[in-house]
Amino acid sequence: MADAVARDLRIPVVRRRVGARALVSRKSMIAFFFALPLILIVLCLVVYPAFYSMHLATLNKSMTKFVGFGNFEFLFKRNTFWMVVEQSVLFAVTAVIFKAVIGFVVAHFVHNIPLKGQRKWRGMLLIPWVIPPAMSTLAWLWLFDPSYSAFNWILNHLGLAGIPWLGNPYWARAGIILVNVWVGSPFFMIMYLAALKSVPEQLHEAAAIDGANWFQKIWYVNLPMMRNIIQITALFSLIVTFANFDIVKILTNGGPVDQTHVFATWAFTLGIWGNDIPLGASVSLFMFPILAVAAGLILRNIRNRGNEA
Amino acid sequence: MTTATAQIGTGERSAVRYGSIARGRKRTLYWSYFFLILFVIFFLMPPVYMFITSLKTSAEIGAVTNPWWVYHPTLQNYIDLLSQAQFLTFFKNSALVAVIVVSVTMVVSIMAAFSLARMKFWGSGTLATGVFLTYLIPESLLFIPLFKIFAFIHDLTGIELINHWWVLVFLYPTLTVPFCTWIMIGYFASIPKELDEAALIDGAGYIQILTRVFIPVALPGIIAATIFCFTVSWANFLYPLAFTTSADQLVLPVGIVTTLIKGDVYNWGQIMTGALLGAAPPLIIYAFLMDYYIAGLTAGATKG
Amino acid sequence: MAEVALRNIVKTFDRTPAVAGIDLNINDREFVVLVGPSGCGKTTTLRMIAGLEEATSGEIYIGDQLVNDVPPKDRDIAMVFQNYALYPHMTVYENMSFGLRLKKFPKAEIKERVENAARILDITNLLDRRPKQLSGGQRQRVAMGRAIVRNPKVFLFDEPLSNLDAKLRVQMRMEIKKVHQKVTVTTVYVTHDQIEAMTLADRVVVMNGGKIEQIGSPNEVYHRPTTRFVAGFIGSPAMNFLPCRLVEGSNGSAGLSVKLSDKLTFPVPPDRVGRYRPHAGRELLFGLRPEDIIEKRGDLPPGRTAFDAQLDVVEPMGMETMVYFLVDGTEVCGRVNPAVAGKPGETMPLVADLNHMHLIDPKTDQVL
Repeated sequence: MADAVARDLRIPVVRRRVGARALVSRKSMIAFFFALPLILIVLCLVVYPAFYSMHLATLNKSMTKFVGFGNFEFLFKRNTFWMVVEQSVLFAVTAVIFKAVIGFVVAHFVHNIPLKGQRKWRGMLLIPWVIPPAMSTLAWLWLFDPSYSAFNWILNHLGLAGIPWLGNPYWARAGIILVNVWVGSPFFMIMYLAALKSVPEQLHEAAAIDGANWFQKIWYVNLPMMRNIIQITALFSLIVTFANFDIVKILTNGGPVDQTHVFATWAFTLGIWGNDIPLGASVSLFMFPILAVAAGLILRNIRNRGNEA
Repeated sequence: MTTATAQIGTGERSAVRYGSIARGRKRTLYWSYFFLILFVIFFLMPPVYMFITSLKTSAEIGAVTNPWWVYHPTLQNYIDLLSQAQFLTFFKNSALVAVIVVSVTMVVSIMAAFSLARMKFWGSGTLATGVFLTYLIPESLLFIPLFKIFAFIHDLTGIELINHWWVLVFLYPTLTVPFCTWIMIGYFASIPKELDEAALIDGAGYIQILTRVFIPVALPGIIAATIFCFTVSWANFLYPLAFTTSADQLVLPVGIVTTLIKGDVYNWGQIMTGALLGAAPPLIIYAFLMDYYIAGLTAGATKG
Repeated sequence: MAEVALRNIVKTFDRTPAVAGIDLNINDREFVVLVGPSGCGKTTTLRMIAGLEEATSGEIYIGDQLVNDVPPKDRDIAMVFQNYALYPHMTVYENMSFGLRLKKFPKAEIKERVENAARILDITNLLDRRPKQLSGGQRQRVAMGRAIVRNPKVFLFDEPLSNLDAKLRVQMRMEIKKVHQKVTVTTVYVTHDQIEAMTLADRVVVMNGGKIEQIGSPNEVYHRPTTRFVAGFIGSPAMNFLPCRLVEGSNGSAGLSVKLSDKLTFPVPPDRVGRYRPHAGRELLFGLRPEDIIEKRGDLPPGRTAFDAQLDVVEPMGMETMVYFLVDGTEVCGRVNPAVAGKPGETMPLVADLNHMHLIDPKTDQVL
């Protein structure tokens, strides 16, 4: 240090350069320390476990032996696995489509009414999203109860036969999708409403003068203007829905006879309850490709937004 | 010119129906209200039904009466649950976990977001993208390796990490920190650069710029992120289900599902009461801070 | 109080030079305006004086101190930003006192300074409000107040009026001038608006492409521009530029003439002949401001030449009328009395005041 000072006195130009660089590097050091807790959390609790699960998937049940793709080979031979794949994809895609459509429609209804009433309606419509899903699914479980179903009571009073809501695989699947749509469409509604508000009113007026009817206004003005948000929201939701655990776990726990399992619940059943952690890890890894694709698309969309602005 | 206009005016007088545009708008409005009411019924039916059931005795629930109506309302379910030590333990565990997770998350993510949005260092751009990607990794992908890692740490150090409510404090940040950092980056980035330059000239250091300018200015964003963080830690179901089993270590959602459902005996009155009480804290926060809640919800995709 | 000196300042962003070597001495208490088109490096220069950007090379002095390595807060400067950069969560009082509070000034002194600045700017009644509750002009005053309370060596203004509407801009321009007369501090003011530069500055620094084109008093840069850029940039409407040929002989005498087209030739005033003689016979650029092309009235004083022009476009402005006519395909603007202005298509007798003419060498863009 003393040496540095002495040299500085002799060559002031060098002192300045060193000082400037020190200033810059000090700033980035502080910046790095500010971000350090985040980096540690992400590395230790997200990145490392994600890679560790790939390692786990290559071990045998007692985790003593490396079996390579043994777990995957085992899974490919099981019918349940293919059922889970089918159910997960079917569930996620159907639910996201329904959520997107309902969210889009409801957002337009909310947008149509006078501004000062919108807050109240929006507030009520978002409630399913606010309730912890595990709690609201319990309510649905009770609504679907085999002997006391409040839905069946209404159906019976209308002279219709009751529905075996969770007893029959098809109805159980429909029920799971219904609950997921109930939980998730408010989120779509809020996102689409925000997007709708950002469509300039002049565009609608211009379209009206150009002779567009209400459907053409939505199709040619709203939809293209909202396209980016529509895509981002749907992709977000696709990830969350595909990885969903709470609803299936509480509503059917995979039943009847494993026909409603999705990746998350089946991985839980095998890994935590069945105590076969490698097999559970292998199952959950199958979520990875679709998540990666969706994440990549979201990132591209968000980048595009940045470029438009 | 004037005469021509006058002629057209008189000629078409009979064809003009004044107010037809207003009528058309009114019709759209009525239809909108009609469908909104239908959707509100659909969206509010489960919580309302929870509330109806929570006011019933087991006898009334078992009777074949109209399930949508309460004939003998009682608060007995609420009294029973709230005087149950176990249920209060769930509540306490949930509250502790939520408070700790919220505090840790907010400190970590505000600092990181300030650094990533404003100060920049080598690799900070990549890190910001990385934060976004980790926020997309769901807990259902992480719980198995984390479970194994925690068991491994136990074998190594003897610290029992499984089956304690406080392990959740280490788990929930995987969900809250990336998201909160991401939306705080968005909020901080929207603060005009001149504001920190003005503060810099006024003599503020980085920490002062953060605490005396950025945090107060981005307060709405911080509230939104805090609400999100609380909601996530309160509502999570998978992590506690996998990591805690003893009744005294459970948090509310898991506690209600695992202890109130005994085998195939469902005490629906109590379950619904418990579920409603479990949903109450997020709902109350939502009722008071709805605008912040919604801002946080939309920020994830619209900011950044 | 202090002078500011820049010695061969260079700033490059990712290898593209924003400021390409600037030397500038600003005297104590002087009001200097940096003016130029966007991207000319004027704001970058100001930010380097403030310490918000680091100079790639060169030296910056404030007072006697070399400040290249001094962080902004220790440079004893104050800056007014284009968007005011008021802290939205603080009241006007808190905004103005923030810097002093950070420096741990005693409360009583802070109060005195803020109130004094508020009195100068006439914002005493706004001290409890927040920026959101203020109009654009009031925010502007608060931003200036924040600068004044710090009692700095140098005031820096970065396009402070460009967010205001035209009427308010004129008013605030005067306000800034008044404040500078009350609080005489060395001031560097950046603007792209040449009228602001002319009205405010003791000296104007015209910049273009990262370099200084000319430094001079407002009158100097207006009447004696040294480069084509300055001649064209200062003045509104802009100076007319016409390609011409400098030819020998004028009205049969020994003088010079400027031949603009086959029909139009102006004699060079006798006092300029010596200056232009070396360039006789060359293709040059002729420059004349619109106010030097006026309607013909009475006798012609020396140096003025009458000609007829067929009007192309006529723009009444109220106190005067702009007339446009074509000379060899180039639009030329003149300023005439509205009472005598012709209609488009008509031929109107005009007078060019050649005492104010400029000749520019097209190769070097220097005014001859």
